[in-house]
Amino acid sequence: MSKPAITLYRLQSCPFCERAVRKLQEYDLEYTSRFVEPMHSDRDVVKRESGVRTVPVIVDENTGVTMAESANIVEYLDGAYGERAGSAGTDTTATAGSVAGERS
Amino acid sequence: MELEFDVVELDEPDNPEEGETAPDFERPLVNDEYWEDTSLSALTDEGPVALIFYPMDGAFPATYIWNELRDRDIDSNEITVVGLSISTPYEHKTLLQERELEDTEIQLFSDPSNEVAEQYGIVNDLDGMTGIDEPRTATFVIDDERTIQYAWVASEHPDFPDYDEFEAAVEDAAGD
Repeated sequence: MSKPAITLYRLQSCPFCERAVRKLQEYDLEYTSRFVEPMHSDRDVVKRESGVRTVPVIVDENTGVTMAESANIVEYLDGAYGERAGSAGTDTTATAGSVAGERS
Repeated sequence: MELEFDVVELDEPDNPEEGETAPDFERPLVNDEYWEDTSLSALTDEGPVALIFYPMDGAFPATYIWNELRDRDIDSNEITVVGLSISTPYEHKTLLQERELEDTEIQLFSDPSNEVAEQYGIVNDLDGMTGIDEPRTATFVIDDERTIQYAWVASEHPDFPDYDEFEAAVEDAAGD
């Protein structure tokens, strides 16, 4: 039983996280969920992985991508696993998103 | 004057015994930073495992058991040490902090449904808490093929592990 290549750092009941989850499910992707604390200050593991303390954060070993922010994650998953996947427009070299906006 | 009190005698448990295969299960496993669904077999694939079933977080036996295991440096052995209670992951995080286990590798399985205790034949029905049951206190040392090397199950409530015996079994398994 090998571990899925994708790890999702998430907060229980967090709508931004659910958005990422919906996208992962849409593309039938196997992923491991790691639930973190509501308190930002207690999220050292997320900070170490991604440089930020917001969730969701996705770590995809298929592509080497680590990314924060749900909008970026959705866009990334569309590009890497959606219908456009493999086409010239696909950019899987993105790095961790900026910290703007999301408060979850 | 003689103090009189009653400990509850428990029925014979129906737990898997030494030499048998430990039933596999998957539950959220809580560490200091996050929790993640993890199976017992995933842990034993990496090496021997010490598994401690204990009363719900916050009950005094939970406090005493983890203080004792911490003070004995149970985690210093080459073995994965995991606890299991019916408490939620949030409560496990609090226990790890309050028992000063954050800097250890000790992790706690969360099983509010108590199905793992059912699998292990060690359910303890709690009088006066309708709808809640939990595992009776029990300790297992399990090798990397998921064979039980050591098993102890409480025969009364409350009861505490035989720490010396458990520690010796942990050291044995870790030394293999």
